[in-house]
Amino acid sequence: MKADPVRRERLVEVFLTAPGFVWLLLFFLLPTFNVLLISFRPSTLTGGIGEGWTLDTLQQLRNPDYPGILFRTLWVSLAITVSCLLLSVPVAYFLARCSQRWKTRLLLLIMIPFLTNFIIRVFAWKVILHPEGWLASVLAFAGLIPPGTQLLYNVRAVILVSVYTYLPFALLPVYAVAEKFDFALMEAAMDLGCNRIQAFFRVFVPGISRGLWTATLLVLIPNLGAYVVPDIVGGHSSSMLGNVIVRRLFSDRNLPHAAGLSSVLTVLVLLPMIVVILHRRRREAH
Amino acid sequence: MAFLEFQNISKTFDGIPAVDDASLEIRKGEIFSLLGPSGCGKTTLLRMCAGFERPNAGRIILNGTDITDLPPNERRVNTIFQSYALFPHLTIFENIAFGLRVARKPDVQVREEVEKMLQIMQLKGHEQKKPHQISGGQKQRVAIARALANKPEILLLDEPLAALDLKLRQRMLVELDAIHDEVGITFIMVTHDQTEAMGISDRIAVMNRGKIQQVGRPAEIYETPLTSFVAAFIGDTNFFVGQVAPAEDADYCTLRIEGFDPVLCFNDKKLQPGQTAYVSVRPEKFRIHTEVPEGHSRLNVLRGKVTDVIYEGGHTDYWVDGPGGYRISVTRSHQRFGLDEAPITWGADVWLSWHADDGYMLEQYREDDEGLLRLPSPADASLLTELPDES
Repeated sequence: MKADPVRRERLVEVFLTAPGFVWLLLFFLLPTFNVLLISFRPSTLTGGIGEGWTLDTLQQLRNPDYPGILFRTLWVSLAITVSCLLLSVPVAYFLARCSQRWKTRLLLLIMIPFLTNFIIRVFAWKVILHPEGWLASVLAFAGLIPPGTQLLYNVRAVILVSVYTYLPFALLPVYAVAEKFDFALMEAAMDLGCNRIQAFFRVFVPGISRGLWTATLLVLIPNLGAYVVPDIVGGHSSSMLGNVIVRRLFSDRNLPHAAGLSSVLTVLVLLPMIVVILHRRRREAH
Repeated sequence: MAFLEFQNISKTFDGIPAVDDASLEIRKGEIFSLLGPSGCGKTTLLRMCAGFERPNAGRIILNGTDITDLPPNERRVNTIFQSYALFPHLTIFENIAFGLRVARKPDVQVREEVEKMLQIMQLKGHEQKKPHQISGGQKQRVAIARALANKPEILLLDEPLAALDLKLRQRMLVELDAIHDEVGITFIMVTHDQTEAMGISDRIAVMNRGKIQQVGRPAEIYETPLTSFVAAFIGDTNFFVGQVAPAEDADYCTLRIEGFDPVLCFNDKKLQPGQTAYVSVRPEKFRIHTEVPEGHSRLNVLRGKVTDVIYEGGHTDYWVDGPGGYRISVTRSHQRFGLDEAPITWGADVWLSWHADDGYMLEQYREDDEGLLRLPSPADASLLTELPDES
């Protein structure tokens, strides 16, 4: 019997993609599902997971502090994402128009700081933003803030440091698309009556929309679950959902409660992803 | 008065001249072609007209106004880009409407104008498609519609047919001509394809190395090339070099070409005896004979041996080894039934004749330009003839 080539091709395809699927199943899907299950287990005093099933965690999630924290997590993450996009679009435009020599050099300059450990970089911001640090001193000297102002431990510090941390994650996908952008389209737009700024918004920005969506996912999702930056440069008033999960897990040793919060976060993260994926499908169907 | 005028335009890129002191006058309503090999500066000249580049020196005057320093969006000039540069995120309708939308025209008017363009360009039924869903020829028409919707005074076309395959190219050329007749505005086209330029243009400027070599009607460019570059780039030709000697008729001169009998040549350049003259004779100007042709006072005759015959159906190309080491390209068109005569074959002794008026004296000659000729140089030719001996 002759082997059906289509069938064979399909078999090869399954064989080649199987390891990836198994990996996702074992290390992503099952643990996520496990977390969801744990949130329906009772907690024990020793910090373990009890026997049987309960809806206690759902009751605990009605904590009056949570809606505020949830809302803050959302708007802070969105603010970080939007700031990253606003910064990376013009930078990507500039980089894409640079000569090949400068492109590589400038990209390297952007990447070099990220060879330093993430925690160290965040701590460095603590030094910069400290009331006696150079930024506060310069601003105070310029009369923009009263001397001794605390720039640290508030939401603005969290946004600033997060934007700094996540900028490459926005810049790289945007740049990757911008680099392939056909700049003859900008000329065509100007030829048809646009000035430079109109051409930028009418042609360049839509032209790199794929990169913008990727950047949005790459920045928004990690920030929804962020806890390191708010923990180090944020104060009590700027706790995010991630910080609460850590507190429930390590201070209260209430695993099911932390799992419940994590599940809420997972849904929060999945929602924007689904929106983006549906949006892309709709665009491609057109 | 000239409609569009380039006055002594120069442009350098990183110190390398792209356009060198070019002056041109383009008339209202004509199809004008900038023709030349790649890197000759023709596209730079077009881009300066569109406003994408500023000249380092010189002025561009459109209809009496100096537009040299105007940005592209303030010129009533639109461009068809070589890659068409259709906006991939917009539908065909919105692509055509783009300029009108930027100009904030009311919706009703936009719809009306775009509909009209769709009609003219035969794009009905495609308006809701995206550019990647239509064919190359349709993209070309969308690009033209998008430009014409703005009612430009001049349409600039940058290698408009280069991205199309041969059959489509020939059809689009006819279509471009029809569109030009319909809208009646000035077209300026950049091309490296001489048949394209000759076929459609009212006038042509031939460019090489940033300089304009010659401006004229296609027939003028072909029949009376001023430089060896123009003669060799447009069609094919043969160059001869000789010393001028006087002739009986003052409008003519006798040329002493090495190995040739004295050659009579029309002397419109008024060269004096003793000067060196360079003459271009097109292959089809020669007549090829198997016997000594009956001469007359204005007929030049030479003897040669056929070294190659290329039969093309409508015509045959012969390469003839003439006196003085000249290899001469000759084209003979077959205007009558060809099977009842003895063919001229490889190795035949032949006579070539041409009328004194059919050789054209060049103003400027550069040896490099011989590289543009179809005929291989003698060195290559000897290599070719040696090949059969080896086997």
